[in-house]
Amino acid sequence: MIPGVSLYEILTISAVVFFIGVYGFLTRKNLISILLSVELILNAVAVNFVAFNVYLYPGDSQGLFFTLFMIAIAAAEVAIAIAIIVDLYRLVKSVDVDETTEMKY
Amino acid sequence: MDFSYTIWIPLIPFLAFFLVGLAGNNKSPKIWGLISTGAIAVSAVLSYMTAWRYLFQVGKVEETYQKIIAFNTTWLTFTDKLHIDMGVLLDPISVMMLVVVSTVSLMVHIYSLGYMKGDPGFYRFFAFLSLFSFSMFGLVLATNLFQMYIFWELVGVSSFLLIGFYYYKDSAVAAAKKAFIVTRFADLGFLIGILIVSYLTGTFDFQTLTDPNGAAMTQGAGVAFLGLSTMTWALILIFMGGAGKSAMFPLHIWLPDAMEGPTPVSALIHAATMVVAGVYLVARLFPLYYTAAPFALEVVAVVGGFTSLFAAIIACTQTDIKRVLAFSTMSQLGYMMLALGVSGYGGHDGLGYMASMFHLFTHAMFKALLFLGAGSIIHAVHSNFMGDMGGLRKYMPITHITFLIACLAISGIPPFSGFFSKDEILAAALHHSTFFFVIEYLVAGLTAFYMFRLYFGIFWGTDRKYEHTPHESPLTMAVPLLILALASMTTGFIPFNDFVTSDGHAFHTHIDWTVAGASIAIAVIGIVAAYFFYKQKNDLPDKAANTFGAFYRWSYDKFYVDEVYMFVTKSILFGIISKSVAWFDRHIVDGFMNLLGRMTAGFSERIKGIQSGRVQQYAFAFVAGVVALVLIFAYLKG
Amino acid sequence: MERIIFYILAAVIVTFSFLSVTSAKILRAAVYLFLVLIGIAGFYFMVGYHFLGAVQLTVYAGGIVVLIIFAILLTEQIDNRLARPKAGMVIASAMLALLGIGVSVYSILNHVFDKKIAGQLATVDDIGTKLLSFDAGGYVLPFELISILLLAAMIGAIVIAKRPIR
Repeated sequence: MIPGVSLYEILTISAVVFFIGVYGFLTRKNLISILLSVELILNAVAVNFVAFNVYLYPGDSQGLFFTLFMIAIAAAEVAIAIAIIVDLYRLVKSVDVDETTEMKY
Repeated sequence: MDFSYTIWIPLIPFLAFFLVGLAGNNKSPKIWGLISTGAIAVSAVLSYMTAWRYLFQVGKVEETYQKIIAFNTTWLTFTDKLHIDMGVLLDPISVMMLVVVSTVSLMVHIYSLGYMKGDPGFYRFFAFLSLFSFSMFGLVLATNLFQMYIFWELVGVSSFLLIGFYYYKDSAVAAAKKAFIVTRFADLGFLIGILIVSYLTGTFDFQTLTDPNGAAMTQGAGVAFLGLSTMTWALILIFMGGAGKSAMFPLHIWLPDAMEGPTPVSALIHAATMVVAGVYLVARLFPLYYTAAPFALEVVAVVGGFTSLFAAIIACTQTDIKRVLAFSTMSQLGYMMLALGVSGYGGHDGLGYMASMFHLFTHAMFKALLFLGAGSIIHAVHSNFMGDMGGLRKYMPITHITFLIACLAISGIPPFSGFFSKDEILAAALHHSTFFFVIEYLVAGLTAFYMFRLYFGIFWGTDRKYEHTPHESPLTMAVPLLILALASMTTGFIPFNDFVTSDGHAFHTHIDWTVAGASIAIAVIGIVAAYFFYKQKNDLPDKAANTFGAFYRWSYDKFYVDEVYMFVTKSILFGIISKSVAWFDRHIVDGFMNLLGRMTAGFSERIKGIQSGRVQQYAFAFVAGVVALVLIFAYLKG
Repeated sequence: MERIIFYILAAVIVTFSFLSVTSAKILRAAVYLFLVLIGIAGFYFMVGYHFLGAVQLTVYAGGIVVLIIFAILLTEQIDNRLARPKAGMVIASAMLALLGIGVSVYSILNHVFDKKIAGQLATVDDIGTKLLSFDAGGYVLPFELISILLLAAMIGAIVIAKRPIR
């Protein structure tokens, strides 16, 4: 709990970061950039977890553990995503979402 | 006395059918044939036993034969009163039919062991024969109309299977289809008739239906349609089914074509047993016909009389020996129908009924014999046509003698069996009206003529050079011929008037020698004419054909009945009605469905761009949707 | 004092996350993300979850971002300028994001959170105990699951990336 800072301010910040991530997800064409945006979204959510935990239920620690697991899962996810991106790059010499349309209708 | 064992008479061939049909193979065909034959032999023994016990020991109560329900089980229940049973009904005619069916069937089974030897479908043939025997037994033992109808269709199926036995021959396939469709069409009438009768009387049961004092006699007597009562129409429709099975004009066209089947089949199904089912049906319902619908009985008589004359004329000009026999069968069936039609009820008035059953019995024997003899000839000569035969008496003595006996029997020469039964029919016809008598009298002469035309043409006539010298048939084929010949000679002496009568009472009959003498006379005239025409090759037949000219051609082409059917079905049914209906179906009904389909496809084509496969577009829609939902809920909350 | 630091951190987080999604050079974008993650780690330190802050720094900033930079290097995109997104898409997305922010912030500010339940924040000691505890409130099952997931992801990544080039 940060003295002088209310829950509302923290939640506002995280909402802003979340939607910045969404904006990036929607506008970026490069797969790695999209991955970056996803990381932003994930972190905004993690901040929410921690904030609720600290401000409303300091005795419990679910928020803390969820964030921990989230970081672990994010690591796994990034590992796979990077592997796919690298493989895709070797295949089509590009990591642009517009050019990877082989499985489209 | 207990008759419940009679249920095994149909069931044993049925089990044989399953066994042979499922397990049969071509490795050892003989065994399967023997299994089938053994099954029918057991049934035959049981049938004779039943007949003996029924006719001489238990059937008669106070000088009247009673109907005995030997076995009964309710199969389908519609209402309390209306239910379909499966059972065994014993009365004089069903017992008589048991004897006929089992005898002829057994003979044909034995005969087929020789005739079908080496055929690749040997076991299949015997399986079908067993199926047919089962169905026919079930038919004659039926306790009610619906059971009869079911087995009626089963014999139809067996007949279809056996006509189409040589399924690799187009003509056989066409004949099988023709037989099935024509009889099916007739059975439609039968079914409607059954439904009307059951609606009027509330029962399918023969005992209730034919009780002379029962309620069924007066039901549906009101004038209903075209001046005839409902019951009359129902019985005419039922007769339509019988006419289809018994090849009465104009539903006869399938029978000549049915000769495409193996000859033993023709003997069993299309001469002796199945085709008499129609006669049997009318005889079964005879009291109902007589009391409730005399007009329907009149129809039976007219159709029978016309068919007998019509078929006899055609038989005189055909050259395929099996077809001659087929038309002869039709002619004799017409006799039986006519005899039923002119019969009265009870006592000596029921002479026609008795004569019909008597003729059914004797005809089964000698006509089966004729067909089996024809099979034996075809087996030796490898041809169906009279033109390919001649002088065969030297090569095939047994066939020759037995065939001669059968010809004499069918022509009505005493003391062979046909004489007695035909004489009774002629007497009954005369008793009813001179008109019918004259027709039948004429037919008797024609019968003698065409049978001996066949006989002289085959066994005498010009001796031909055969590629293989014709030989007498093997023992399995000769023995049934001899047995049936014996039957043809002796069955005429059975006092039928003691056993099979319209009301169960025996009555006295005597041979009316005026009628008998006249019928012998015309038979002899027919034979003599045939002798001069066909004994030696001469130009008399051609001269006669020229004299009759167009009439001869018509008869040779069977009076173009087939062509009329062809025209009706092809030009009118297919060409006009079906075509317009097909057009409607194809363009209006299908068109509507196609329109729906095309609209869906077109619409999909337009909107498929939405499914762009671009994740970001999907994500955009998703996020926008979520935001919109949140907005809506926020708004609703106030 | 803490309030000022928080606002500075907030400014860092928002600014760099915005730069991270708009930068035309991908390596720079990755570095901006790195800064955002450090800012968030700082936030964790401030609220008293030191262990979590440390994990955020080591795993996220130290591990994941490095991995991403490797990917950028492997796909030879250091010098490439990223293609500019279509203007229509940018405007639509921006509108949507702003609307989303508006809706979220509006509903957050209008919501009255329940009174907090008193208690002590978990220490590192507690975390260690709870993570391996199988009593009620213990996390041994998710912990094991995560370990299997990480193993599977590792194997999967190797299998995918090592496929022979067709």
